[in-house]
Amino acid sequence: MNIVVLVKQVPDTWAERKLNEGDKTLDRASVDVVMNEIDEYAVEEALRIKEAQGGEVTILTMGPERAVETIRKALSMGADKAVHLSDEALKGSDAVQTSYALGKVLETLEYDLVIVGSEATDSRMATMGALLSERLGQPQLTGARKVTAEGGTVTIERQTDDGYAVVEASTPAIISVMEKINEPRYPSFKGIMAAKSKPLTTLSVGDAGVDEGQVGLAAAPSQVVEFSNKPPRQAGQIVKDEGDGGTKIAEYLASQKFV
Amino acid sequence: MTLDTRLTDEQQQLRKTVEEFAREVVAPASYHHDRTKTFPYEVVKQMGEMGLFGLPFPEEYGGMGGDVFALCLALEELGRADQSVAITLEAACSLGAMPVYRFGTEEQKRTWLPQLTSGQALGAFGLTEPGAGSDAGGTRTTARLEDGEWVINGNKAFITNSGTDITRLVTVTAVTGETPAGKKEISSILVPVPTPGFTAEPPYDKVGWHASDTHPLSFDDVRVPQQNLLGERGRGYANFLEILDEGRIAIAALSVGAAQGCVDESVKYAKEREAFGRPIGQHQAVAFKIARMEARAHVARTAYYDAAAKMLAGLPFKKEASIAKLVGGEAAMDNARDATQVHGGYGYMNEYLVSRHYRDSKILEVGEGTTEVQLMLIARDLGL
Ligand SMILES: Cc1cc2nc3c(=O)[nH]c(=O)nc-3n(C[C@H](O)[C@H](O)[C@H](O)COP(=O)(O)OP(=O)(O)OC[C@H]3O[C@@H](n4cnc5c(N)ncnc54)[C@H](O)[C@@H]3O)c2cc1C
Ligand SMILES: Cc1cc2nc3c(=O)[nH]c(=O)nc-3n(C[C@H](O)[C@H](O)[C@H](O)COP(=O)(O)OP(=O)(O)OC[C@H]3O[C@@H](n4cnc5c(N)ncnc54)[C@H](O)[C@@H]3O)c2cc1C
Repeated sequence: MNIVVLVKQVPDTWAERKLNEGDKTLDRASVDVVMNEIDEYAVEEALRIKEAQGGEVTILTMGPERAVETIRKALSMGADKAVHLSDEALKGSDAVQTSYALGKVLETLEYDLVIVGSEATDSRMATMGALLSERLGQPQLTGARKVTAEGGTVTIERQTDDGYAVVEASTPAIISVMEKINEPRYPSFKGIMAAKSKPLTTLSVGDAGVDEGQVGLAAAPSQVVEFSNKPPRQAGQIVKDEGDGGTKIAEYLASQKFV
Repeated sequence: MTLDTRLTDEQQQLRKTVEEFAREVVAPASYHHDRTKTFPYEVVKQMGEMGLFGLPFPEEYGGMGGDVFALCLALEELGRADQSVAITLEAACSLGAMPVYRFGTEEQKRTWLPQLTSGQALGAFGLTEPGAGSDAGGTRTTARLEDGEWVINGNKAFITNSGTDITRLVTVTAVTGETPAGKKEISSILVPVPTPGFTAEPPYDKVGWHASDTHPLSFDDVRVPQQNLLGERGRGYANFLEILDEGRIAIAALSVGAAQGCVDESVKYAKEREAFGRPIGQHQAVAFKIARMEARAHVARTAYYDAAAKMLAGLPFKKEASIAKLVGGEAAMDNARDATQVHGGYGYMNEYLVSRHYRDSKILEVGEGTTEVQLMLIARDLGL
């Protein structure tokens, strides 16, 4: 089973993140970057399938030069090779454009499954799987907490609010995974050393057959027109227990739809 | 002159991986294991899966094909978060597996290394005795040859990793005779665990390193095959000293981690905690204290990088290793004291990492060669 995992480099979730005043894009230069957390689960799932059934795991990333660090991490976890789509022209591309560019690269790869994370922690569109499914004309199975792939069929348990649904499709297919699915491994030193010599192909938009006029900030179908910072955290609400403390807390939780 | 203390991409990745592991897996379990004085089996298991126990050993023995410096980077990151976990790895590699790798026969290596380098089993080294520490030549434990077997009798003190559920090997130094010059002939012998007559006595009630496993050991007519001699007969003490030189760099790395952990916690706390209308870090006395802590950690790190670089280049490194151990241990202890001070009353509470570093760090000036022993070695190197 050949699997392509889409991996995105994002600003460290714990760091303070901000948008650039000028073009209103995310400031990626001044912060620590990490692999989008859920993508570690996507890589892990692909590796588990490969370890059970054989095949190859390819990492596909669109991002600046620096994204190589993140690709290396995926390779050191055990992926076999990687494709890095990197070009100044892509800067500022929105989700629709990103799916166009990634789709172009996917068209050149042979795979049975594409695994994506359910959501990137920076732009949080949670749409990449769906966009690619539409572009490639391949079925998508979203929110997987379990994946079974056999022959030409892939079956997932799709997490829902009150349980799960079993969903099945023929391959090639696109799956998005969520945290419950597994516990990602830490790369071993052997893996880190091995990653150095694994094939990594870097593509420009030209190499990938991506039309330069359709990507980048200027051509983006969606534009960020205005933004403001999150208001500072408010002081909490203190409930004084006058014998009915439990009830009051339950009411509060219900009002916030936690229960 | 090659002068470059920047890490390679791979070394950085290793450091970052262990840093993440320490933050996500080790740290959340630390308080529990410290408080209950329990050995962190789950954490150790995961460290084994990551290959940390195999870092400085070649792949043919189940290792990761790295070197002592790779181990040092891992120890520094673990030491920041949890010294007990770090010393478990340090002792397992430097004291448990390294003597077998350095001095073992091919058969001994094949028997022991794969289980030790995978972290499935732990090895310990018993040199110290109730009456012989710094002066390890004062060893009283004896081993005599009888019908093709070594019969071992005696006691060892303070032996790390010697009594866990996964301890499978204790290497001991013992007097095996007399040299022609009339001195004690000391040899090293491999004792599989369990072996009848070998007992790991109840653990010590330690000041710190609560989650690290330390026991007194007793040997009562313990019999092992003659082939369990490790290295040449009569070279046991000398061989062990050689191992210790290397181990010092590893312990220094762990100490740097502890020292750095104290800096990190203090910086965070000094930005948050307010007194007299501003964050305490804006009082210069506090800021300077933390700046000095950072300087100590930095100097100690540079010292162990240098010692490791010399060792790996095949250059003389004993003095540098002693210096690294010396300044590392002192940096950890001094920083731990200052960090608890920065934390005020909270620094005296066991939930705070700095309080654990305060209890844990003292041993870094004692174990694997006391501060005085390092000074002795450095002075000797200077011809004094
Ligand atoms: C106006 C605008 C400007 C933007 N400017 C920039 C910019 O300058 N630079 C920039 O990097 N981003 C920019 N973005 C973000 C960019 O749009 C996202 O990469 C893209 O929208 C994907 O959406 P998401 O990350 O929210 O994906 P989601 O759909 O939330 O992500 C789901 C999964 O898709 C996969 N995936 C997502 N993106 C990638 C990728 N790039 N490579 C590989 N796999 C991926 C991962 O598996 C991920 O887990 C901009 C967005 C907007 C709206
Ligand atoms: C938690 C822990 C784990 C340990 N793990 C191990 C282990 O795995 N294996 C092992 O073999 N040992 C282990 N040890 C033992 C440790 O290495 C010794 O405690 C250490 O070497 C000091 O020996 P000692 O306790 O006998 O002190 P002593 O040698 O009695 O020293 C007492 C004091 O006298 C000083 N001193 C001694 N001689 C001189 C001199 N000539 N000049 C100046 N000062 C001198 C010392 O520096 C020290 O301050 C461990 C100890 C502890 C506490």
